[in-house]
Amino acid sequence: MSAVIDSHGQAHDHHGGGYGGIMRWITTTNHKDIGTLYLWFSFIMFMTGGAMAMVIRAELFEPGLQFVNPDFFNQLTTMHGLIMVFGAIMPAFVGFANWQIPMMIGAPDMAFARMNNWSFWLLPFAASMLMLSFFMPGGAPGVGWTLYAPLTVQMGMGMDLTIFAIHLLGMSSIMGSINIITTILNMRAPGMTLMRMPLFCWTWLITAYMLLAAMPVFAGAVTMTLTDRHFGTSFFNAAGGGDPVLYQHIFWFFGHPEVYIIALPAFGVISQVIPAFSRKPLFGYASMVYATSAIAILSFMVWAHHMYTVGMPVTGQLFFMYATMLIAAPTGVKVFNWVATMWRGSLSFETPMLFACGFLFLFTLGGFTGLVLALVPVDIQLQDTYYVVAHFHYVMVAGALFSAFAGIYFWLPKWTGRMYDETLGKWHFWLSMIFFNMIFFVQHFLGLAGMPRRIPDYPLMFETWNKISSIGAFGFGLTQLLFLYIVLKAIRSGEKAPQRPWEGADSIDWTMIPTPAPYHTFETPPVIK
Amino acid sequence: MTAPGLLTALLYGCVLAAAVSSGNAEAAAPWNLQPAASRLAADIHDLHEWVMILVTVIFVGVFGFMFWAVYAHRKSVGHKAAHFHENTTVEIIWTVIPLIILVVIAWPVTKTVIAQKDTSNADITIKVTGYQWKWGYDYIKGEGEGISFISTLSTPRDQIEGRAPKGEHYLLEVDNELVVPIGKKVRVLTTAADVIHSWWVPVFGAKQDAIPGFIRDIWFKADKTGTFRSQCAELCGKDHGFMPVVVRVVSAEDYTKWVAEQKKLAAASADDPNKSYTLDELKARGEKVYAANCVACHQATGKGAPPAFPPLDGSKVVNGPKNDQIALELNGKPGTAMAAFDKQLNDVELAAVITFTRNAWGNKTGEAIQPSEVKALRK
Amino acid sequence: MAQTATSATRQQHYHVPQPMPWPIMGSTALFLMALGATFVFNGSMGGWVSTSLGFMILLYMMYRWFGDVIRESEGGKYGRWEDLSFRWGMSWFIFSEVMFFAGFFGALFWARAMSVPDLSSLLSNELLWPGFKNLWPSAGPGFAEKFTPMGAWGIPAINTLLLLSSGVTLTIAHWGLVNNKRGQLNLFLFLTIALGVTFLGLQIFEYGHAYSELNLKLSTGVYGSTFFMLTGFHGFHVTIGAIMLTVMLFRCLSGHFKPDHHFAFEAVAWYWHFVDVVWLLLFILVYWL
Ligand code: HEA
Ligand code: HEA
Ligand code: HEC
Ligand code: CUA
Ligand SMILES: [Cu+2]
Repeated sequence: MSAVIDSHGQAHDHHGGGYGGIMRWITTTNHKDIGTLYLWFSFIMFMTGGAMAMVIRAELFEPGLQFVNPDFFNQLTTMHGLIMVFGAIMPAFVGFANWQIPMMIGAPDMAFARMNNWSFWLLPFAASMLMLSFFMPGGAPGVGWTLYAPLTVQMGMGMDLTIFAIHLLGMSSIMGSINIITTILNMRAPGMTLMRMPLFCWTWLITAYMLLAAMPVFAGAVTMTLTDRHFGTSFFNAAGGGDPVLYQHIFWFFGHPEVYIIALPAFGVISQVIPAFSRKPLFGYASMVYATSAIAILSFMVWAHHMYTVGMPVTGQLFFMYATMLIAAPTGVKVFNWVATMWRGSLSFETPMLFACGFLFLFTLGGFTGLVLALVPVDIQLQDTYYVVAHFHYVMVAGALFSAFAGIYFWLPKWTGRMYDETLGKWHFWLSMIFFNMIFFVQHFLGLAGMPRRIPDYPLMFETWNKISSIGAFGFGLTQLLFLYIVLKAIRSGEKAPQRPWEGADSIDWTMIPTPAPYHTFETPPVIK
Repeated sequence: MTAPGLLTALLYGCVLAAAVSSGNAEAAAPWNLQPAASRLAADIHDLHEWVMILVTVIFVGVFGFMFWAVYAHRKSVGHKAAHFHENTTVEIIWTVIPLIILVVIAWPVTKTVIAQKDTSNADITIKVTGYQWKWGYDYIKGEGEGISFISTLSTPRDQIEGRAPKGEHYLLEVDNELVVPIGKKVRVLTTAADVIHSWWVPVFGAKQDAIPGFIRDIWFKADKTGTFRSQCAELCGKDHGFMPVVVRVVSAEDYTKWVAEQKKLAAASADDPNKSYTLDELKARGEKVYAANCVACHQATGKGAPPAFPPLDGSKVVNGPKNDQIALELNGKPGTAMAAFDKQLNDVELAAVITFTRNAWGNKTGEAIQPSEVKALRK
Repeated sequence: MAQTATSATRQQHYHVPQPMPWPIMGSTALFLMALGATFVFNGSMGGWVSTSLGFMILLYMMYRWFGDVIRESEGGKYGRWEDLSFRWGMSWFIFSEVMFFAGFFGALFWARAMSVPDLSSLLSNELLWPGFKNLWPSAGPGFAEKFTPMGAWGIPAINTLLLLSSGVTLTIAHWGLVNNKRGQLNLFLFLTIALGVTFLGLQIFEYGHAYSELNLKLSTGVYGSTFFMLTGFHGFHVTIGAIMLTVMLFRCLSGHFKPDHHFAFEAVAWYWHFVDVVWLLLFILVYWL
């Protein structure tokens, strides 16, 4: 990615009055720079959250308390969840959006280039606040990433820092979404109708709307937590007429859409990669758009499937169960469309395609366990067990993270002008695939057999699976160092990439822009025919 | 590419290594739901099994097709890409068929949901209160009415911290088990005193969050005798992993016997809050109460775990005016983990534990707090 | 409302602004404020230093950033295309604000429709909260003191009138701008601000009344919590709106804006109307029903 800097230092100057050195990155209004910043930030956060997962898995390697005390374990779990979701996965896809959306729709930049800079530069501060909370008296909050009241009221200062961090993250997401929506609606080149946009843009457009609707609600929920902690309000306190379950409703009204906020851009990446390597247009483009919208709308009506055990009335349980099950249909449409795209194509399996296939296979598996969880009586057994942990790592790691890998390998040549090492890429994929399943497949068994989540120590019968899972986790973690190596190697000494390294890639970022993409593209709108 | 083969070998190697190294778990590792001990749990089993079969079929179908497609249409064998990208008929079909499958799944599930929610006509009603980190059980209706006790983890610290070998029921054993008769409908009312907990017994298919300030209910009807073990299923702070739920299901006669025993025991050990105790009596009793209720946070050494949990050894409160401490123990400190003990401990126990803390470790107030003093400060 | 720019409405170049240091300054400011607040909330008053410093940086940053934007706008850098972007941006920003308020209204709904009834159910009365009744306003079963709820037909009704009329005066001011009647513009803009400030004054008076005479506080159970959070956040939005209107007034006085080019003004007007609508909801759901 730093190749962009080298080859375009002068190009940059032609705007005049820019900043040099580190100030260039701090003040930049260029969507490509900002995309790069997002991606590196996301990777650092992935390492941080991953390191926490490693400690969690080390502690769970065998029964008994070995490395960390229970309090600290809870803090690690909480921060692992928050950092992975808000620090690693979401920013990774915003990074893709920044790089790709303007190039895919023929826009000169994002609609609000300066606000774009602020959206990014809130993140490192929010992340520092999350990390700082570990050093506050009482440590980071040990309440789970869901921050359930009233446990949050018992926490120390770290909780307040976390709340403020979430406010900043929320601001960042809201500004980012406004930017993406405006860019897509107002900046498309003449002829680039909505239904001609690459699907990645569609999934982001819809995701941005979801963010706009969900993030402020989360901000409200943590604000109420803050006033319950310090100003004597009783939103979540029964003695004052409030209700801890109210927190859960508000949280999941945000939280469930949030998981699709993570998933939809991933679907978008996959929808670019699969046609490219099948050398065949995406099957059912229109129905993909409708399915994505359907998922987005439904996702605001299913939140209480995380709360089957709080004791809802039976009508509530049934409503949320049916609504949740319905989501399987549009998601199924997407899966079938991807498979149909491959059918009778001319397929080749470079690393992006491998990750896309891995995604398809494992995400669907995770989707099916989601369906199992959607069934109230079954979920009563599985709620808050490792089955849930397995489910969501299938959709978030093998789903979102794998598709982020696919995206990086796919677009790296466009961004840097250099190819990554194909052999190492394949190793990265296969190792990830195997270790991933080793970590998380066995967690289904743990959950079924009754191991609760968020515990630092466990009964003896769970030992075998936990050992396997931990070994897998260390393997998976080391494999990601290989990924870092591959990316660095590509940037520093990768082979020069041809204009269109992927034969089947036909969106305008590949066909109308040189590789590597110059610092400024489409300064005058191209005409799309 | 030889990578996959190599890697598969690696995978099996790791699995084998893990299996061999886990010396404790000689028995086969469990990989499915625990065997049911109630009709409801059995129904859940069946549902799970059935849905698993269904999704496995779909999974194999979809990915069988995908892998075949991938294999047959490789570029490396020179397959040329077709150019179709739409087919309304198949798109409708693969939207409608899943919907039909979903309806087929939903039907039996709905029936189970409704059954699960029907808590009417219970034989025995038990109130379960979650505390950080123990369970309080009150039998409030039916045979055994009036019995009430607290159930705490009984696994010794030494096992947890690896200084002693772990016992068979490591982390799944308690001092007082919940006892219920077989074949009787038991209604469980859950609530909590501090934060949300979740009371869970997998073999009965029963899990219900315990929400502070609210009452929620579930029911179960055991159809097997035996001791069934599980854990709190909602993150409730530091020792969330250390608050097991243990239920012993006994025959109707044994249950009657147990109830009689409990009543006798309760009568014998009934504390008399009007009596005056000596300092030594209070200290001895207090030490036990302390071990059962306070060590989790303030530690046996009285040193606590600062900054989250303050030391009592040398504490200003403990060495200050006694009424302040009594009030603190009764009402807790809202907004911190320091719980109100007014409902968990009676006047004698509170007097004892307060006396103990005021005369243990470096604290030497020499005061004996009498139950009557505690009673006077109760709200 | 805003629509997609067609080839007819769009110029050749979209204005992509220069790099600038204000965003990171804003982040620093927010960071300092949050850090300071964390300390203040937990009893170390030293946090005020950090919070105030952060706040001053924030003000400076906004002054400079908006200053740049105003200069660009007056310098004719923004055409129809940029204008459309601003319209989209502002609309969706307001939408996100709507969702923010929705969260708090949701809390109010929940307290009234779910938690208070639940806490006063038979079972709950028997086991946990004897004698607690399902009445609204309620401060919950653990709240012993007496308090008087806020009535709707005193100050709140007057405030409703004030805000509604401010919406009208603002529209008249806008007509003045569109028809190039600067006097009308300035006068009615000033009136709008005056109405807004009066509203705020009355609101502050009402809070004082609540605290000193009605024993109605932020800590008065869930009624007090929802009442003060909803009206407080609304009041905060009115304050922001009034400040923005004031900025507009100064810009108008110094001759900014043209009849066909004044989106900043319109954006503030949208915002003000949004705050208006929220107040109507508040009046009905918090004070009246
Ligand atoms: C990327 C994120 C993501 C995605 C996409 C999903 C997708 C789904 N999730 Fe998941 N979920 C999470 C992230 C995600 N989830 C997280 C993070 C949690 C835990 C949070 C926490 O507690 O910490 C969670 C928890 C969670 C629960 C709560 C469990 C509990 O705590 O008790 C439930 C219950 O209903 C659920 C259901 C579903 C369903 C039904 C889907 C569906 O969308 C899946 C749909 C997909 C398919 C079904 C496969 C493809 C379809 C076909 C091939 C068609 C044919 C199929 C049929 C007809 C069956 N999820
Ligand atoms: C998209 C988000 C995301 C991602 C990518 C991951 C990635 C991983 N997660 Fe996590 N996880 C969550 C989201 C995510 N998780 C959430 C939301 C929760 C719930 C939290 C809660 O309960 O509140 C959770 C909870 C969770 C738990 C349950 C904890 C508990 O209940 O107590 C576990 C346990 O195994 C786990 C493991 C892992 C592992 C091993 C990885 C691995 O994939 C990580 C691999 C990455 C690295 C390891 C980093 C790169 C490498 C290095 C830094 C080099 C050093 C490496 C070594 C020393 C080997 N996660
Ligand atoms: C769930 C954890 C927990 C348990 C169990 C607990 N405490 Fe505490 N205790 C705390 C916390 C946290 C504080 C600090 C409160 C604060 O911030 O002031 C505290 C404070 C105290 C103090 C005041 C100490 C000081 O110097 O401020 C006393 C005395 C005390 N506890 C006694 C007890 C006794 C006696 C018991 C058992 C009957 C007990 N505690 C059980 C968590 C606990
Ligand atoms: Cu109690 Cu977890
Ligand atoms: Cu969900």
